[in-house]
Amino acid sequence: MKVRVKFSKYGIMKFIGHLDVMRYFQKAMRRAGIDIAFTEGMSPHMIMSFAQPLGVGLTSDGEYMDIEVRTPMSSEEAIRRLNQAGAEGITVTEWKQIPEDKGSKAMTLVAAADYELRFRKGFAPKLDWQSNISHFFAQQSIPVIKKTKKGEREVDIRPFLYEMYVNAGTVYFKLAAGSEANLKPELVMDAYLATQGLEAQPFAYEIHRRELYADIGKDGKRKLVALGALGEDVPCA
Amino acid sequence: MRKLALSDELLLSIEKPARYIGGEVNAVYKDAQKVAVRFAMCFPDVYEIGMSHLGIQILYDMFNQREDVWCERVYSPWVDLDRVMRERHIPLFALESQDPIRDFDFLGITLQYEMCYTNILQILDLSGIPLEASERDWGCPIVIGGGPCAYNPEPIAEFFDLFYIGEGETVYDDLLELYKTCRKEAVSRREFLRRAAQIPGIYAPLFYETTYREDGTIASFTPTEDGIPSVIEKQVQSDMTNAPYPEAPVVPYIKVTQDRVVLEIQRGCIRGCRFCQAGMLYRPTRERSLEVLKQHASRMLENTGHEEISLSSLSSSDYSDLAGIVTYLIDEFQGRNINICLPSLRIDAFSLDVMSKVQDVKKSSLTFAPEAGSQRMRDVINKGLTEEVILEGAAEAFHGGWNKVKLYFMLGLPLEEEADRKDIAHLAEKIAATYYEEVPKDQRQGRCQITVSTSFFVPKPFTPFQWARMYTPGDYLGFAKTVNHEIKAMKNQKSIRYNWHQADETVLEGVFARGDRRIGAVIKEAYRQGALFDAWTEQWNYERWLQAFQTAGVDLDFYTLRERAEDEIFPWDFIHIGVTKNFLWREWQKAHRAEVTPNCRQQCSGCGAARYKSGVCMEQRAAQGGEAE
Ligand code: SF4
Repeated sequence: MKVRVKFSKYGIMKFIGHLDVMRYFQKAMRRAGIDIAFTEGMSPHMIMSFAQPLGVGLTSDGEYMDIEVRTPMSSEEAIRRLNQAGAEGITVTEWKQIPEDKGSKAMTLVAAADYELRFRKGFAPKLDWQSNISHFFAQQSIPVIKKTKKGEREVDIRPFLYEMYVNAGTVYFKLAAGSEANLKPELVMDAYLATQGLEAQPFAYEIHRRELYADIGKDGKRKLVALGALGEDVPCA
Repeated sequence: MRKLALSDELLLSIEKPARYIGGEVNAVYKDAQKVAVRFAMCFPDVYEIGMSHLGIQILYDMFNQREDVWCERVYSPWVDLDRVMRERHIPLFALESQDPIRDFDFLGITLQYEMCYTNILQILDLSGIPLEASERDWGCPIVIGGGPCAYNPEPIAEFFDLFYIGEGETVYDDLLELYKTCRKEAVSRREFLRRAAQIPGIYAPLFYETTYREDGTIASFTPTEDGIPSVIEKQVQSDMTNAPYPEAPVVPYIKVTQDRVVLEIQRGCIRGCRFCQAGMLYRPTRERSLEVLKQHASRMLENTGHEEISLSSLSSSDYSDLAGIVTYLIDEFQGRNINICLPSLRIDAFSLDVMSKVQDVKKSSLTFAPEAGSQRMRDVINKGLTEEVILEGAAEAFHGGWNKVKLYFMLGLPLEEEADRKDIAHLAEKIAATYYEEVPKDQRQGRCQITVSTSFFVPKPFTPFQWARMYTPGDYLGFAKTVNHEIKAMKNQKSIRYNWHQADETVLEGVFARGDRRIGAVIKEAYRQGALFDAWTEQWNYERWLQAFQTAGVDLDFYTLRERAEDEIFPWDFIHIGVTKNFLWREWQKAHRAEVTPNCRQQCSGCGAARYKSGVCMEQRAAQGGEAE
């Protein structure tokens, strides 16, 4: 049975990088007694894939991984066990059965993400930095200089910026995510501040991912649904 | 949520912040207000190394079983954080509570290798604890050292209030009780140390004095007060089976050196190799019962979720029911995709069989540790491994599909000659030749790959070689060159690779290993000049150390290039480990005659460890049918 697990990452866990979060879950699955499936071959590993790595320093309420279990378990039971076997800073919030086909993998489906961005205490610019965000968002194109290995290149990030607004010092973003196009909130924020003649200090942003979405729209029309909504709760037997 | 000692910005700007945040699965949290004793347990190296150490996990668990004690962990901040902590005056903190170490009751430092000595000073310094024990008051924790290097504590004696000589499972409770009483009675710190010095196995350097002869050797080592014992007895956990063992070790977030469940199957070694300090320190050999090992294995795997388990001991092949434990692990856990990580075993039909079950034969390699190239030298060091056994084992393994062999040797052993060094190459060559003779061309997986590694020998206290001289870095490199040349002259040289170590580190390790109290000044000086993480090649600076010796006015060669006389008083003579100096001297003499000594199971040689009345000393021996002396 294929299962999509949703979890939050917060507190000290924000210092744990993506690879270590994977290691964490491999061990947590064993401690929780989840009968997870393994790959075949000489060095079998757990069938477990993450929707989208989260950078070190970020927190999240919208992390997903897909796993395959050999013995089905109800959502309630699995969530309880995983949280009991877990550490502070990771909470499993959903356990949903998903379709078996390859196209349903979270990693392939991911199309957008919601973020919240705040300034770390003491790091906010002294001047008013909030007022022109709606202007910025209303622009037709937002060229930024991207540094690559081959040098610098100008790209328009506006097509990948789906939403941006500010409320009480927190900036909300909906951005393209996934393998095709992936826009980082700090890049957008830097670009906005630059238009205001401002520049953030290193480590100034506190970024929280809220949700990851798949795009189930047809004919080029975007229709975003949370990755978790594509699965079904597993009832108690 | 716990508040961290370091700010987010700082944690995000250093390497591997997970080293400093605690919060791992199975880490223990208590209410600091409700415990009588706060104990900070330190491994003076970086987190990934420290977290891999079994001994700390044992003590951490044991202390935390007590309701009145909260034991936390602390490791050396890596150089990046070290720099920032100094700049911003951030005090060193424990991982669990994130509270400053200085506010603890005890700071326990485990001493696993000599090259960590400057890191001890780093820990004290960053904690705001005076480096010299004599300058501390009740505002500082009691700094106590333990572990193998505590068997010659003298080079670092001035930095410690106490040393614990022996296995931690035994008298710590007495020490903690005494501490509680003394604090209640509001006695002076010195008075507490004086009383602690009367607990068996506890050494309080403050109450001892060394005098020296004109030639620099020790004239006397005596207590300075009445009631202070002149001899410290090593403490031994006689019943290993019922000894405390951590059933839920802490599970690090980041990958550490030993990222698995470790099962200590026995302590001590019956072999009596003359170069090996652990083999003497941990006598007598004591086994854990198979039943309790099985129990530990499954509970620890359940509680950690680790995907790998390994066996730990000095010589696993000597465990009396090795087949029992290995078969159990394979039958019980392999089906659950848990890797069984085998220790290096004597190569025979049994070990090859289990190896082929748990590892990919094509990728894995066989390991032999002949330690010396010639049979004469192997007799000198009492390593009971013959060329015949090695070649037979290798042949059998080659037939089984293996084609990689790792060989470990030491160079610069006492009584070693040019011919013995060359024999290292010859042995490697014979193994290579065996492969080409035994395995027909059409069955070969390419060339065989033989990796020869040599390390330079460092004479350690409490071994028969404690009287031996060492060499200069130039000499050592010359020895390695001899081996290298000889290997290049072999017919199958293309199948043989050779690695050797740095030589100058060896010399320093030698000074620390057998040094006396005068070495403390050198360590302090080198630390002041920036020495830190000396075990890390990228941090190592020999010139700085040579300079420190000069500034401190200490002659390095005195400690390394001098063969000791029979009646020389060693800095560690006041410690009694059971094995007697007499026995060690006899062994040193036998080494000169290249005479071997049987292992404890074949015959008791009366080393002195039988006074602990445990383990192998109490076994019935077929040859003698009696108890050890
Ligand atoms: S007393 Fe005998 S049996 Fe016991 S450790 Fe020494 S040599 Fe071995």
